[in-house]
Amino acid sequence: MLEVGLRHRYGRAGFAIDAGFTAPEAGVTAIFGPSGCGKSTILAAVAGLLRPDAGRVALAGKPLLDTALSVFIPPERRRFAMVFQEARLFPHLSVATNLRYGLRRAPPEATGPGFEEVVALLGLGDLLTRRPSRLSGGERQRVALGRALLARPRLLLMDEPLAALDAARRAEVLPFLARLRDAAAIPILYVTHALDEVDALADQLVLLAEGRVLAAGPVEALAARTDLPLAARRDAGALLSCRIAAHDAERGLTRLDFPGGQFAVPLRAEPIGSQARIRLRARDVAVATEPPRGISTQNVLAAQLVSVDAATASPEVFLQLALGPSIILARVTRDSIARLGLRPGLSVWAVIKAVTFDHAMPPPPPPPP
Amino acid sequence: MILSGEEWQAVRLSLDVATRSVLVSLIPAVAVAWALARGRFPGRVLLDALVHLPLVVPPVVVGWGLLMLFGIRGPIGAPLYEWFGIRLVFTTGGAALATAVMSFPLIVRAVRLGLENVDPGLEAAAASLGAGPLDRFLSVTLPLMSPGILAGAVTAFAAGLGEFGAVITFASNIPGETQTLPLAIYSATQTPGGEAVAGRLALISFTLAMSGLLLAEWIARRMHLLLGRG
Repeated sequence: MLEVGLRHRYGRAGFAIDAGFTAPEAGVTAIFGPSGCGKSTILAAVAGLLRPDAGRVALAGKPLLDTALSVFIPPERRRFAMVFQEARLFPHLSVATNLRYGLRRAPPEATGPGFEEVVALLGLGDLLTRRPSRLSGGERQRVALGRALLARPRLLLMDEPLAALDAARRAEVLPFLARLRDAAAIPILYVTHALDEVDALADQLVLLAEGRVLAAGPVEALAARTDLPLAARRDAGALLSCRIAAHDAERGLTRLDFPGGQFAVPLRAEPIGSQARIRLRARDVAVATEPPRGISTQNVLAAQLVSVDAATASPEVFLQLALGPSIILARVTRDSIARLGLRPGLSVWAVIKAVTFDHAMPPPPPPPP
Repeated sequence: MILSGEEWQAVRLSLDVATRSVLVSLIPAVAVAWALARGRFPGRVLLDALVHLPLVVPPVVVGWGLLMLFGIRGPIGAPLYEWFGIRLVFTTGGAALATAVMSFPLIVRAVRLGLENVDPGLEAAAASLGAGPLDRFLSVTLPLMSPGILAGAVTAFAAGLGEFGAVITFASNIPGETQTLPLAIYSATQTPGGEAVAGRLALISFTLAMSGLLLAEWIARRMHLLLGRG
């Protein structure tokens, strides 16, 4: 487990951070929040590139920073490889030498994927002899990912690795990131302000605002809550981990199993049996008290109304619906609540159009030869 | 162009003195440039001023100051002579020292410029990949600042060929020992009928300095290409 607890203030009356969280030994923990909320400061402190006023950073119980005990392990001895927003490749070294920079400095007993394996994983084979100045932005970031992974780190730190890329380059690099996550048997701390990256990559979420942790926990659990700033977003909604159950090419549909039921969505590219995480936006979910008939909507699912979030004065209200063990959100008007007599415990029908499902994860890159 | 033995001697001595002065000042210049560009310590401004002093103080004053410090009875010169038998006044070594002090700000400025071109973010990346401070300096910072170091060295060499005031004050004007090109030119102008000699030496001096500056420019360009900044 990674434990992080920090207090830091820039200048005498500057921006202050007072944040603490833990991250499990495996998987991706995303630190999510708006620009200037202190995400990158936290990551720099974990890396050892910034000494906070006070705090503790420990991995598997061993402190790397503990201001109370005057412990400060310098960054080069932490073995927390970092990927930055700009790739920060060494301009005087070839791609191959850049990739080997951390590998040559890793302790001999450190384990991890080998050079050839990482080159294949990230599709770097054709770039090895090039200089960083002769690479595209997306290629640079892929090399930076490989370089960090090859340092055989105990923890990977990623500071908005896609933020400096345009939409096309992001779509190019994101699948490689997902691959790297699956190949690396180490925890990843991932700082971002893009929710789709959280959806695509993260297992755990630390929600940050103005230097403080608002909530932390599994991504799905936080997405289903209506009391967080996440709920104010247009794309607020539940995240469901699904398995591709079947493709029906003739009808143009893919069936997704999720705990508590099945969705029909437009045909997807992933092979049967693979996992896909689906963001089901609250504003795309309608509620009926009787099973609707003569309707184009593919997904009409029996559900239990768990809660009606009527606390806010807003004309729109969040409903939490239970589909078996899964919770989804629906956003309806206050008028609909009154008209249909919606109250917790009621059996309803969740009505979800197939075409509203987002491709939370872009199709995977072609497998390495 | 045919030169007499004595004239050749002045040319060779100039090259010798300039080379030695660059060799002596290069490493301290890198250290001082590092301290000025990256250091946060009290007295940084004072160090900056001290380094740049030879640019603004008359060279004669620098030569006089060296005479005071490194003379046989000076606070540094006396122990050097008594313990190691090293005498700097009126020697080639002394001429090189005077030249080094005069060209020191030139090297420091160029090295510092080269260093400021190195993104500290690259050093942070190297640290997170497991490189310690010395390792980071040798594998990332030094190669990336090397155009600045080379440019500084060549510029200082070219300038060092022509150092006059500090050399003549501290090391005197001894043919074969401390009489470098500019000193030989000066002596020639003081000698009746020496105009031809002075002219020849002046032309050589000009050619050497120009070649040095062009070489510095060429090296800087090649280095930037090599370092992938093309």
